[in-house]
Amino acid sequence: MDSLSQLDQVKTTPWSGGRSPWSVEYGKIMMWFFLLSDAFTFSALLVYYGAQRFSKFTWPDPDLVFQSIPGLTDSGAPLVFVGIMTFILIMSSVTMVLAVEAGHRNSKKEVIGWMIATVIGGFMFLGCQALEWSHLFHEGFGWGEIPAAEHLEHFFSGEVSTVATQQFANLFFTITGFHGFHVFTGVVLNVIILCMTIAGVFERRGHYLMVEKVGLYWHFVDLVWVFVFTFFYLI
Amino acid sequence: MSEHIHTTDGHAHGEHEGLTKKKIWQVFGILLLITVIEFFIALWVLPHGYMSHMVGNIIYIGLTLLKAFYIVAYFMHLKYEKLGLQMSLTVTFIFIIYFIVLLLIEGGYLQLHMPFQ
Repeated sequence: MDSLSQLDQVKTTPWSGGRSPWSVEYGKIMMWFFLLSDAFTFSALLVYYGAQRFSKFTWPDPDLVFQSIPGLTDSGAPLVFVGIMTFILIMSSVTMVLAVEAGHRNSKKEVIGWMIATVIGGFMFLGCQALEWSHLFHEGFGWGEIPAAEHLEHFFSGEVSTVATQQFANLFFTITGFHGFHVFTGVVLNVIILCMTIAGVFERRGHYLMVEKVGLYWHFVDLVWVFVFTFFYLI
Repeated sequence: MSEHIHTTDGHAHGEHEGLTKKKIWQVFGILLLITVIEFFIALWVLPHGYMSHMVGNIIYIGLTLLKAFYIVAYFMHLKYEKLGLQMSLTVTFIFIIYFIVLLLIEGGYLQLHMPFQ
């Protein structure tokens, strides 16, 4: 064995350079680290929500604030509507995974079908959120706005506090709004990927890695919703 | 874009076990089941007073983290990635844990020391 091949051998370990130590494509690593930074942003918002809640003696009862199904009933159905929204988002996450799985088999037709389903799921979620927001606006909630003091007792199971209601309203619209913005961005990305798939870009490229990268983003949106759901609607 | 570069990555990618359709629907079932349990606690167990709200909240957070695990591990495929990537993406959350402890203690202090509003 001469010295040259020995040098070559040194270079074969994962971290000695010349190869990808994590065996993950560049764009995918970048998507992961973008999502990590985004997770920090959402964490900061949710931790601030928690701190506000801890600092107040009383807080609006989610079962009383969120008890309408827009278009069906104005009260008496706590958690039902948000349950539907959660189901839609989980379902669209599943169709996204199925699109990625179809991409591994280079099956263009199946990728198109599952991507269309994912886009529909995204639009359905955004529609539900628009309905819920407009319902809350009609009740008098908004950024910097809360219902008149004499109506506040309907939203509390204990003592009533205008400051707590205001913090709740601001944080609810900010956090679900920021999440909804992510859902909207995800739908736009999904539509772009869908058009590229239909145009045969990935077929010519020979792989559907772009579907996986956008899929990561879409699952992240679902992941954030899991936390928003727990902290705003359950606890 | 980056088509030229990842011929080797494309090969490495083939080494991951892909998620089968069966596994995907299995994970979906688990996520749905966890959500149903959360609804069961919120709409039946807590209103009937079978559990204190404190215990309920701890269970909610536990179930949420479990759901997060299934989404990240299976849907986002992290379970099948290299340990280095898994570590760099999860251990980082130690900062968030620190942040949670810090601000919740601060919030609790304010509750004790601020007048009722």
